[in-house]
Amino acid sequence: MKQRGILVRDFSHYYGENRSLNNINLDVYRNEILGIIGPARSGKSTFLACLNRLNDLIPGSRVEGKIVVDDQDIYGPEVDVVALRRKLGMVFATPVPLPLTIYENIVFGVRLLGKNNRPELDEIVEDSLEKAGLWAEVKDRLHTSALKLSGGQQQRLCIARVLALKPQYIMLDEPTSGLDPISTMKIEDSLRTLKKDYTIILVTNNTKQAARVADRTAFFLMGELVEIDETRVVFTRPSDKRTEAYLEGKFG
Amino acid sequence: MGGQLKLQPRTEQKVVQVFMYLMTSIAVLVLVFILVVILKNGLPQLNLEFLTKNPADMGREGGILSTIVATIFLTFIALLVATPLGVGTAIYLTEYTVESRITRIIRFGAECLAGIPSIIFGLFGFILFVNKLKFGWSILSGGLTLAFMVLPTIIRTSEEAIKAVPPAYRLVSFSLGSTRWQTVTRVVLPSAIPGIVTGVILSIGRSIGETAAVIFTAGSALRMPTSLFSSSRTMSVHFYILAKEGVSMPKAYGTAAVLVISILVINIVTYYLMEKYIKRKS
Repeated sequence: MKQRGILVRDFSHYYGENRSLNNINLDVYRNEILGIIGPARSGKSTFLACLNRLNDLIPGSRVEGKIVVDDQDIYGPEVDVVALRRKLGMVFATPVPLPLTIYENIVFGVRLLGKNNRPELDEIVEDSLEKAGLWAEVKDRLHTSALKLSGGQQQRLCIARVLALKPQYIMLDEPTSGLDPISTMKIEDSLRTLKKDYTIILVTNNTKQAARVADRTAFFLMGELVEIDETRVVFTRPSDKRTEAYLEGKFG
Repeated sequence: MGGQLKLQPRTEQKVVQVFMYLMTSIAVLVLVFILVVILKNGLPQLNLEFLTKNPADMGREGGILSTIVATIFLTFIALLVATPLGVGTAIYLTEYTVESRITRIIRFGAECLAGIPSIIFGLFGFILFVNKLKFGWSILSGGLTLAFMVLPTIIRTSEEAIKAVPPAYRLVSFSLGSTRWQTVTRVVLPSAIPGIVTGVILSIGRSIGETAAVIFTAGSALRMPTSLFSSSRTMSVHFYILAKEGVSMPKAYGTAAVLVISILVINIVTYYLMEKYIKRKS
């Protein structure tokens, strides 16, 4: 039996009066890539924001039910939200390098903890960039602006920046939606490698991407979890008609 | 437009272009005119003595050193007080609250403050700082009065600058585990600095040039100021008194030239520094 990292139980989320997630139940296993697919506005991104409580920042956001990460109820009263966000690193759809150098982008989260020891930071930078598959391309210009990188490089920088936090989970929200096929391939390759050390949740509106990299796939539709199973099963023998229709491209 | 008046599109384009060109020229000409008049009359007065000697015989003789020093102190105090207050208010309004009735009231209050004539600030400073708090006619009273006068400008420009920082930066910062304060100090403020500095420069200009609010609060003593509680005369007050009381028109023009040149220099230097800062960032 695989180890469970995240348990989601009867979880709903509201923006004001609008329910954006309806009674979600699912588990995330350790060291798997869980793909989440579904058309736009299905609640996929909201779901990620609920996992690291970035939804707290949105006025009128409200939750019901329970999410447990590593045996801790993350909506409990004693939760350290800052620590939670470090544990569940997040990569956004649009790569957003901060207006700093490549080096300073990577160590941004580390410096927040007050770590400023140069050799230690150097090591973190090299290690994170290596894992994100960007080291070879940028090692000679670490101290130039991160804004000068190409889109694909910027997104790998964002992954490296998350890795520098030493998270246990990496959540990616349509990380390749704006990228060319070669950059996409590089990112998918690094995800396969990263899976050894991390648990990955990959939201994608590209179903083929889920088919390529995800171990299991969840299908979200209008705030509901329609189906979750081994990727192979979801793509070949979906148990719900809506999943089948979506995968065949009948809507979405 | 142009229902009755039919013009060929190309002619219309031409007419509009000439019209706009004229408007711009008038705006620029006014500036040039002011500069020419001031510099033509003022520059001949300028020499090392004018800048390094204190005024003598009510300003008929000597230089303007004490008024330069007074202006610098007053402006320095005004900004020392107004910058943290203004930037702090702007941070509070943009980062620590959501839009509500209260933020609208605060913003409306600041706007109203901006519309109050400076002589009213002078009266306010006279009542509060000079009389009530017994600071007397002093650099301190004048500086504090100026601080409140320029506060709305700093709040407004800082708020605009902070709002212009992409929301995605904040989201990324939070997602990397920063607190709100860390997000403000490490991401938001560094990106907003050029805008904030612009507000501060505008305020420096206004402080240096302000007369009405200062004459009521800092007084008009010609002595070199020795402490925060010295009554002293700024350059613009000096100019006003020299010109209005017919003490010495040449000295008045000399003072005006120094005023105008120093504001120009401050603007040029800060824009140059800012350009460098922005280049280094990106």
